[in-house]
Amino acid sequence: MQHAPALATNTGLDNRKLLMWLFLASECLFFGSLIGAYLLYRDRSVAGPYPEDLFDIPFTSVSAFILLMSSVTMVLALAAIQRGDQHGLRVWLFTTAFLGILFVSGQAFEFTEFNREGLSLSTNLFGTTFFVLTGFHGAHVTVGVLILMSLFVMALRGRLTRAESLHVELAGLYWHFVDIVWIVIFTLVYLIQP
Amino acid sequence: MARAIEERPSAILEAMRQLREDAASYRGIWSWITTVDHKRIGIMYGVTALAFFVLGGIEALLIRLQLATPNGEVLTPDQYNRIFTMHGTTMIFLVVMPLSAAFFNLLTPLMIGARDVAFPRLNAFSYWVFLAGGLFMNASFFTGGNILQGELGAPDAGWFGYAPLTLSRFSPGEGVDFWALGLLILGVSSMAAGFNFIVTILNMRAPGMTLFRMPLFVWMTLVTSFLIVFAMPVITVALFQLLFDRLYDANFFNVDKGGTPLLWQHMFWLFGHPEVYILILPAMGIVSEVLPTFARKPLFGYPFVVFSGIAIAFMSWGVWAHHMYTTGLGAVANSAFGVSTILIAIPTGVKIFNWMATLWGGSISIKTPLLFAAGFIAMFTIGGLTGVTHSVVPSDYQQQDTYYIVAHFHQVLFGGAIFGLFAGIYYWYPKFTGKMLYEGLGQLQFWTMFIGFNVTFQPMMILGLIGMPRRIYSYPGGQGFDIWNLVATVGAFLIAFSVLVFIINVIASSRRKEKAEADPWDGRTLEWSLPSPVPPYNFKEIPTVHALDDFWHQKYAEDERGRPVPVVAGGSEEEEEEHGDGHGIHMPSPSFFPLIAATGLPIIATGLIYDPAIVAVGAAVLMVGIYGWALEPATE
Amino acid sequence: MTLAEYRGMKPATGEGAVAAPAHREGAHPGPAEYVKIGLTLAVITAVEVAVYYIDALSDVLIPILIVLSALKFSLVVLWFMHLKFDNRLFSTLFVGGLMLVATLFVVVLATLGGKLV
Repeated sequence: MQHAPALATNTGLDNRKLLMWLFLASECLFFGSLIGAYLLYRDRSVAGPYPEDLFDIPFTSVSAFILLMSSVTMVLALAAIQRGDQHGLRVWLFTTAFLGILFVSGQAFEFTEFNREGLSLSTNLFGTTFFVLTGFHGAHVTVGVLILMSLFVMALRGRLTRAESLHVELAGLYWHFVDIVWIVIFTLVYLIQP
Repeated sequence: MARAIEERPSAILEAMRQLREDAASYRGIWSWITTVDHKRIGIMYGVTALAFFVLGGIEALLIRLQLATPNGEVLTPDQYNRIFTMHGTTMIFLVVMPLSAAFFNLLTPLMIGARDVAFPRLNAFSYWVFLAGGLFMNASFFTGGNILQGELGAPDAGWFGYAPLTLSRFSPGEGVDFWALGLLILGVSSMAAGFNFIVTILNMRAPGMTLFRMPLFVWMTLVTSFLIVFAMPVITVALFQLLFDRLYDANFFNVDKGGTPLLWQHMFWLFGHPEVYILILPAMGIVSEVLPTFARKPLFGYPFVVFSGIAIAFMSWGVWAHHMYTTGLGAVANSAFGVSTILIAIPTGVKIFNWMATLWGGSISIKTPLLFAAGFIAMFTIGGLTGVTHSVVPSDYQQQDTYYIVAHFHQVLFGGAIFGLFAGIYYWYPKFTGKMLYEGLGQLQFWTMFIGFNVTFQPMMILGLIGMPRRIYSYPGGQGFDIWNLVATVGAFLIAFSVLVFIINVIASSRRKEKAEADPWDGRTLEWSLPSPVPPYNFKEIPTVHALDDFWHQKYAEDERGRPVPVVAGGSEEEEEEHGDGHGIHMPSPSFFPLIAATGLPIIATGLIYDPAIVAVGAAVLMVGIYGWALEPATE
Repeated sequence: MTLAEYRGMKPATGEGAVAAPAHREGAHPGPAEYVKIGLTLAVITAVEVAVYYIDALSDVLIPILIVLSALKFSLVVLWFMHLKFDNRLFSTLFVGGLMLVATLFVVVLATLGGKLV
């Protein structure tokens, strides 16, 4: 991937990194609104199934743990590319993507389980707000996995050298953001029940 | 450029090479399709927005024809609902916002001394997505049956889309789906542009241009862009919530399952109130540039005008529920929002006083840009004052949902934003087209538009206060509404005439032989130091800036009484040289991937309404666009 | 940046150029630190789940969970996302977005009679 060489900027900050932080700031508004709707409607479902009927905390804890660990592997991938360790870069990029796929699979499994037990988008307020919030989160993780896999392929082709470490850094910022959204969701939605 | 495409690969490669060469040298329609030049993108935004202005204006004329007399039969109730919904949606999202974007694009890099924006391809993407969204939304007109028999399919639930009216149960058919998906598409366009301009302004200013040496218009661009990137996500969520309710039977606004329609109103106005400042701040920025030039005086109180703009943006987050006083939020909420709304009048007032002080004692030159800018001040003041009357809760209880509100927002959006934008059009037209608009026709346009505007909307203040509700397709006679509605309709046709004058002015001036000078108005900011029209690379050499209004100070020193005295020509080292053509300056290469990526979005939207397979096609197009964009070199 | 800093700001290029520091002073963490933070995150998660199951703590469950998850959030943002060491502008933008949405929805929930927890 070629970019024009980074020009000097007034702030000294790279244009693309500034763009990514602006994007993440706006995403706070996006996820905040979805979480707000969830919190508003928590406790207001007229009929079940309710969270306490369906949640499998041990299962979700494991998938939360997996996503957290993927943040560790992500930052290890960045550290690798920054010190010129191409092998480490590939290993950690792949591991992060793999953990991400595990997480999304866990979500998919959870969704189908809940569905089997009678919860859908239309069942009640819990179904609506839960599936939309966690669904959008899962979609974000999926996009992240696609980005990571693309970077992995580039790394395999030797196109991700130390000079391109910004790409990994930016992918990392996105990935960590998606992780911290899950930290919030795990607590507010799963652990703190009505 | 025409070459027959034969089977032999070398002929195709040759054709592609020729296309690339044409694009890079700005020849032919392909060069427009692949352009990443902010000036060309700005022109495309402007032309497209003006076309939608005519469309929205025709919708307005239909409304006014229907309401000219009691029990009108020009439109059926169903047609009326669709026309007034599309009128509002079009004017806000397809006219005022893109016209502002046109100016952001045309001016920002020039005013800060840069060669282009931070992300030229993202910039092109913003435009193509806007066009896609506008076409997508208007395509809905054709989905209602036989359009020639007046069967319209457009959305019909108002530009504000209140639930539960917008739910499938009460709005069957695809109209509201087109509305929601169209707005989602347009939101992508706005956000991409918002990010681009923030990075551009923070990072790409010429040496010496500190933030407080930036032209005021650039400040307003920065502030508006921040509002956009924080407000759009909220409406995005709201629109998704609505779509999930409509398409997949979710319960966000479903009262039967415990939902509340008030959630929609909160979400919509959390976005909607910052949105109205998004609509007005750019025009205010234009006024702040025009007045000093035509008064030959610097903007009075520049730091105050900057801080007021920032204050308005900040406070705009705290007032949204003033749109909801009559929904039963309770006395505490109503009072709190009443207070915050009254307070937001203060920074607005600061700006108005600073503008007046700019004109005071100036050497006024009455040209069309100044007329529109002065018109803005007068009309926006009136509109703002009516806004203060709305902020008072008990008073709003009478005004809500009446024509008094309609008068207020047209006063500020037409008398304010549109007038300000026309000031900008007349002011900067020579810079980007190389031709001056005719001054006589310009003044004719101003006066007919000004008179027409007032004849149309002042009666609506009366209509509202005597009790005419809004959003009604007809009214009975004998209520005292008849005469004012008729007057308003006459005014609307006068406005239409003024727009016709504008179009004639554009066509006639394109035929002028005289080319415009670089600096026809004796301006203050950097764009006037460049030739008209501006070369692709903008500045042969990036200037070093020493002060606010640096270009003015290059032209004029001050005598002992503070009056401008021209600097002797040749004394300035920063003059543009006549020789040389900017060779050796590498500009970002043209690209068609932004267009391809943009095309994916309306395809996805269509698939969501009609057929999931189409979603897959759209997603594939989007992915091809994104990957092509990511993998191509940014600068050859 | 303060207004004064902006006014006195030097250009990014040419004479007297000074770029604002992209990184603040501070030891740049390495893989070892990152792994330690990862373990901390794992432990906190385990504690959260444990507290969830301990009935004796059910009265203080919510405050404890909020504190713990805020801690995890901060660790990821400050170290993994490098905000602790990067230019303050990034922190301002991010925290700004966060504070804005939190404030807005506290008001919305209060107005509509919703409960935060």
